[in-house]
Amino acid sequence: MEMDPGALLPELVLLVGALAVLLTGSFLPRRRLGWTRIGTVAVLGVAAVAAALAYAEPARAVFDGTYTVDAATGGARLIAVVGTALVVLLAGDELAGQPRQAEICCLLLLATLGTVVMAGAADLLIVVTGFLLASIPLYALIGLSQTAGAAEATMKTYFFGSLFGIVLLAGVTVLYGVGSSTTYVELQGSLPTAPGGAVVFGTVAVIGGLMFKAGGVPGHFWVPDATQGAGAYAAAYLTSIPKIGALIAAYRLVLVLPAESQAPLFVGLLALVSMTLGNLAAFAQDDPRRLLGWSTVSQVGYLLVAVAVAGQSDLALPGLLVYLAGYVVTNVTAFAVVAAVPGRRALTDYAGLFRSQPWLAAALLVSLLGLVGTPPTAVFVGKLAVGTAAWDGGAPWLTVALLANSVLSLFYYLRWIAPMVRLAPPVTEVKAWGSRSALAGAALSLAVGILAAGPWWLFGGGSG
Amino acid sequence: MLSVIIFLPLAASALLALVPRIAGPVARWLWLAVAAVEVVLVAVVWAGRPTGGGLGFEERVPWIPGVGVGYHVGVDGLSLPLLALTAVIFLACAVYAFRDHDRPRTQSALFLFLQGTCLGLFAAQDLIVFFVFFDLSIVGMYFAIARWGHGDAARSAFKFFLYTFLGSLSLLAGFIGLYVASSPHTFDMVELTAAAPLSLSPVAGGFVLAAILLGLAIKTPTIPFHTWLPPAHTDAPAIGSAVLAGVLLKMGTYGFVRIAMPMLPGSWRDWAVPIIVVGVVSVLYGALVALGQSNLKRMIAYTSVNHMGYIVLAVGIAGLIGSSDAVAREVAVTGAVTQMVSHGLITGALFLLAGVLHERRDSYDLDGYGGLAGSAPRLATLFSVGAFASLGLPGFVSFIAEFQIFTGSIAVAPVTAIALLGILITAALFLRAVQRLFGGPLRGRSVGFVDLRAHETLSTGVLLALAVVLGVLPRPLLDVIEPAARTVVSLVSR
Repeated sequence: MEMDPGALLPELVLLVGALAVLLTGSFLPRRRLGWTRIGTVAVLGVAAVAAALAYAEPARAVFDGTYTVDAATGGARLIAVVGTALVVLLAGDELAGQPRQAEICCLLLLATLGTVVMAGAADLLIVVTGFLLASIPLYALIGLSQTAGAAEATMKTYFFGSLFGIVLLAGVTVLYGVGSSTTYVELQGSLPTAPGGAVVFGTVAVIGGLMFKAGGVPGHFWVPDATQGAGAYAAAYLTSIPKIGALIAAYRLVLVLPAESQAPLFVGLLALVSMTLGNLAAFAQDDPRRLLGWSTVSQVGYLLVAVAVAGQSDLALPGLLVYLAGYVVTNVTAFAVVAAVPGRRALTDYAGLFRSQPWLAAALLVSLLGLVGTPPTAVFVGKLAVGTAAWDGGAPWLTVALLANSVLSLFYYLRWIAPMVRLAPPVTEVKAWGSRSALAGAALSLAVGILAAGPWWLFGGGSG
Repeated sequence: MLSVIIFLPLAASALLALVPRIAGPVARWLWLAVAAVEVVLVAVVWAGRPTGGGLGFEERVPWIPGVGVGYHVGVDGLSLPLLALTAVIFLACAVYAFRDHDRPRTQSALFLFLQGTCLGLFAAQDLIVFFVFFDLSIVGMYFAIARWGHGDAARSAFKFFLYTFLGSLSLLAGFIGLYVASSPHTFDMVELTAAAPLSLSPVAGGFVLAAILLGLAIKTPTIPFHTWLPPAHTDAPAIGSAVLAGVLLKMGTYGFVRIAMPMLPGSWRDWAVPIIVVGVVSVLYGALVALGQSNLKRMIAYTSVNHMGYIVLAVGIAGLIGSSDAVAREVAVTGAVTQMVSHGLITGALFLLAGVLHERRDSYDLDGYGGLAGSAPRLATLFSVGAFASLGLPGFVSFIAEFQIFTGSIAVAPVTAIALLGILITAALFLRAVQRLFGGPLRGRSVGFVDLRAHETLSTGVLLALAVVLGVLPRPLLDVIEPAARTVVSLVSR
């Protein structure tokens, strides 16, 4: 049994940092609470450095094979930490002066820790732990938003969260029952001889449960309400960071499950339904937050394509990670723009943005075109890799579905872009942190897209 | 060298877009200067082109190594004429828009951006680089129409974006198919051309070609995917239309000779007959619908469908290798590439001239004018020259192009002679348009019409002069195209 806490340094940094932020917050006078946000960014910075250093080390299983430290975990750590840092930045306007800043920052760090644990888990029970750790702070985050819809959004999220948590646990129980273990290494040996029906049931329940965190069908019902009802930073967070853990956990699971489980087909169908439903539902939305809420459902569909061909193509894992990185940055950028002009709750309210706020409008344009998958943004590289992986992995129908859905999605993103170029009274009131983080996010998205070789090296072959 | 050509306009565009303090006139001068430098740079490339086969001015840098994507550019006899055409048309647009006061800084930035993407596309030797520039040109043109268009511009721009984006993703699906079939996996055009990866699997090859053809057919556009074109042209600003017709449509036809034919020769041969049919129908349908238009810009837009039809016909002919003569097919392909240049120059000029009508009188309605030759003789002269050039009169480059297309096509498949009717109808419609606009007594919107100003005369005059010069002395152009056409034909016959 290998007990090597050093292997979990980034996770420990997040945990200790979360507690430190909480404690500091309770001793600071209220007007100095802003320091906790700076502290949070610092903790995330340290975690990012730790994660980057861990990248150089070879892949290994730690803690009795229940946790894996490899390229996928490393990628999840980096993406989650950088994404959370962007969210904390964009939260600057909403959190300034709030009495609960320290608690909110602590919750963000804990939820990020939960996501990373899910991504690294090589044991079904650790997946459950990560799931709970990532979910419970989320309910509080939505609830702490000082918005009218927050209460309803919390209720809905909590309800679906508990329901899917139970489904997940039921699936874990069944797989444990038939496989007589919860660690992946042992399940790999025992599941092929287990009764097929039970394995299929377990697969469907576990992956279905994970979809709550990913925000994909069938666990998507809470997403649009939560994005619309919660504050912009909470919406940005819940649509991007939890996905990382849930999807990588699903990816690992698909690798472990035997062919009889039909997991690739099941995930492929989920992908198809998720992207199509998300896109169709986004058509009619007029509130940009709700639109982004449905758009995230469709994006989970694209991401699930990579999960569906796990193990079938060498491009599946790098594609998943690059897409996740691109999507997190791009999506947070879109929410940052929303946070920068908080009063504008209809797409037509963005009229005149290009003329009066060219930089902010450019950031929104980069982000929306990025979500469509137009080059040279980060999501394009991910989409290309995922689409190629699907065809390469013997599922060209998923490639076609992905591309066809991208055309569908253009329709509603353009509904948002079109008003921006219209002439209208200038947009003068712009929040500083929202627009700063929007610019940072857009620049990052373009940089990742243009200098694609860098992230590719990182997620593709950077760690042996 | 090629990278300088591609990224100089992009850099200038970024500068103009990001520095709001640049004054309008300065922006215009910068655009003009960059466009002029681009023409000079392309001329240098033209002079230094490789005389044998193969690529010149090649540059290769790995970009996304994991998926076999590299930044790979180079020129040969297919891309060089189109690079030159792009540089010339954008220079003409820079001159034409010189006195335009509608948001000059952002407009200059946008068109410089468009120029960079177009040049990048024609120089690309990697499918993903091609796709990137293809998509970016769509985004650029969307904003050109939506922000500077008139009429129902938002809707037309929307339709344009949606339609051509569908085409671009269909292309991407085809590209991924080629990548997956190749071994080792690559998106590199040169390697894919050499390997022709799907020649042994006709079914998969057919699907991949269908995806690529759909993408290119939407862009070209051919029947039945042309419906985005007339509204986009009608509502676009004059320089937008000129770029759209002159350069962007060529991306579709260029894709046939650069990607579809050399990389999927077997499937291309299988599909040759349907492609020829689509070409002939486009020729006839485009001409007939153009004949029925009373809006000048719509009319020119439909003649584009007709002119692109000739190209589709010619490239289809190249796939009929049964008992035919390779020389005839080479002549047809040479004609197709010449037609791309010819259509770009002539239609570009016609759209710029049509823009003058809108700028002065806010209307393209042919019946609203009459006797315009009296008040605007320079416009009348240049437009008539353009009209005659467009209908393929000897002495213009369009004659050379269409003559070669028909010589080659009829020699291979005599039945294609039916497309000659297209020339007849175009002749009729252009003569009628010239008559309605310029003939008869001075009336309606023609009264008090201000004739072409210096920058308008210069920009359109240069384009038409080139059409004449290349019509009389076609050798410099044909010397570049012919070897490349020979290569394409031999690649298709593999």
